[in-house]
Amino acid sequence: MSDTAAPAAPAPSGGLFSQETRDIIVNGLWTQNPGIVQLLGLCPLLAISNTVVNSLSLGLATTLVMATSSGSVALLRNFIPHEIRIPAFVLVIAVLVTVVQLAMNAWVHPLYLVLGVFIPLITTNCIVLARVEAFASKRSTAASVLDATVMGLGLTAVLVVLGGLREALGKGTLLSGIDLALGPMAKDWVIPLAPDYGGFLLAILPPGAFIGLGLLIALRNRIQMGPDAHP
Amino acid sequence: MTPILRETVATGLALLVFSVAGAALLSGSYLVTRPTIERSEQAEKLALVAQTLPAGSFDNDLIRDARPLPADPLLGLKHPGLAYPASKDGSVAAVVLEAVAPDGYSGEIRLLIGIHADGRVAGVRVTAHKETPGLGDYIDLARSPWIRQFDGKSLADPSPDGWKVKKDGGRFDYLAGATITPRAVVKAVRRSLEYFAAHKTALLAPVPAPAAAPARPETKP
Repeated sequence: MSDTAAPAAPAPSGGLFSQETRDIIVNGLWTQNPGIVQLLGLCPLLAISNTVVNSLSLGLATTLVMATSSGSVALLRNFIPHEIRIPAFVLVIAVLVTVVQLAMNAWVHPLYLVLGVFIPLITTNCIVLARVEAFASKRSTAASVLDATVMGLGLTAVLVVLGGLREALGKGTLLSGIDLALGPMAKDWVIPLAPDYGGFLLAILPPGAFIGLGLLIALRNRIQMGPDAHP
Repeated sequence: MTPILRETVATGLALLVFSVAGAALLSGSYLVTRPTIERSEQAEKLALVAQTLPAGSFDNDLIRDARPLPADPLLGLKHPGLAYPASKDGSVAAVVLEAVAPDGYSGEIRLLIGIHADGRVAGVRVTAHKETPGLGDYIDLARSPWIRQFDGKSLADPSPDGWKVKKDGGRFDYLAGATITPRAVVKAVRRSLEYFAAHKTALLAPVPAPAAAPARPETKP
């Protein structure tokens, strides 16, 4: 699943955050970013990242599921027999996803219709189980919730950047469909970038997601290695 | 009990406890969210059906009065669908039919077709389609007003020859690059009008008077 085990021992605290907290945050957002480093959870990343609103909504839903499932597993980790931990984790994740799905269906119904099958598919998103197995099953509840939240936000950030790129290139707008999430009053919040933009179909269709993600990974590697690095 | 058996039973029980707790949590959320979900689904369906009719042209509960529609090839339905009679002051003035254009560019295009009692189209809406985004999806009102050109058309206007896209010598506009999609929709609307003509009496039969149901939902579109 994942060889990205958490940093070994919690360091003594110092400064605003302890070393452990800082490590978790940097890991989730950059060093071990699920979207462009671990490359876990690509199914929603590629399928739903055609607009900013879709990306942000699914990203936040995934983050919510990750935080709650990591928290629950960390709380229950001493009661889960080692042999059946994976089915137990999957059960916890599936229950939480279904609760999120029901809640979205009830309170943000139009958005639920747009995201459709990708909400239940959060269950099968590897990154959720990966964090539960690699981190939450071994660490304290608070650290697990933080780790899952930051990992989720790291994934959300990649989704939003990719969604923004694809939407701007493909449709010439940003935030289209925001009224689906926030109600009709948000209809005017859509930002048109260019008048009479004809649209660029490739960016909206799945290949646009692959190309965009490839560019983001390349950009990250470039930043990580510095300008003089040779691959 | 041998140790192995005891351990097996213990892990089994643990999993059982987890399943039961999970199921309880799910039932709870289901019960809490069900009324809201049902309301939004009803409202969504009603809004969609009502879009195909002129505003204020009916005073009955479209969803409640819906009638079964057989899986007729003219409507393209593979499974029985629904017809929504719209009545005003006791007489049915229009009916909304579920129909399917089976020959879209990428599969079925599901339609709602509102037809006035005199056989004129009141409105057509696409409820589900898999046409290419950016090319064939202009049949969706959210993308373009193309679908509105059916409003007011009937089997007599245009004549049967005119029930085609302009490229095929008919009267209906299309956008270059995607002619299969509009062709399928035009054909489906014409066939639905034929179905309506053949089953007019049954489709326009009066709806039952509203029962003295408490707090009937608002039917204004």
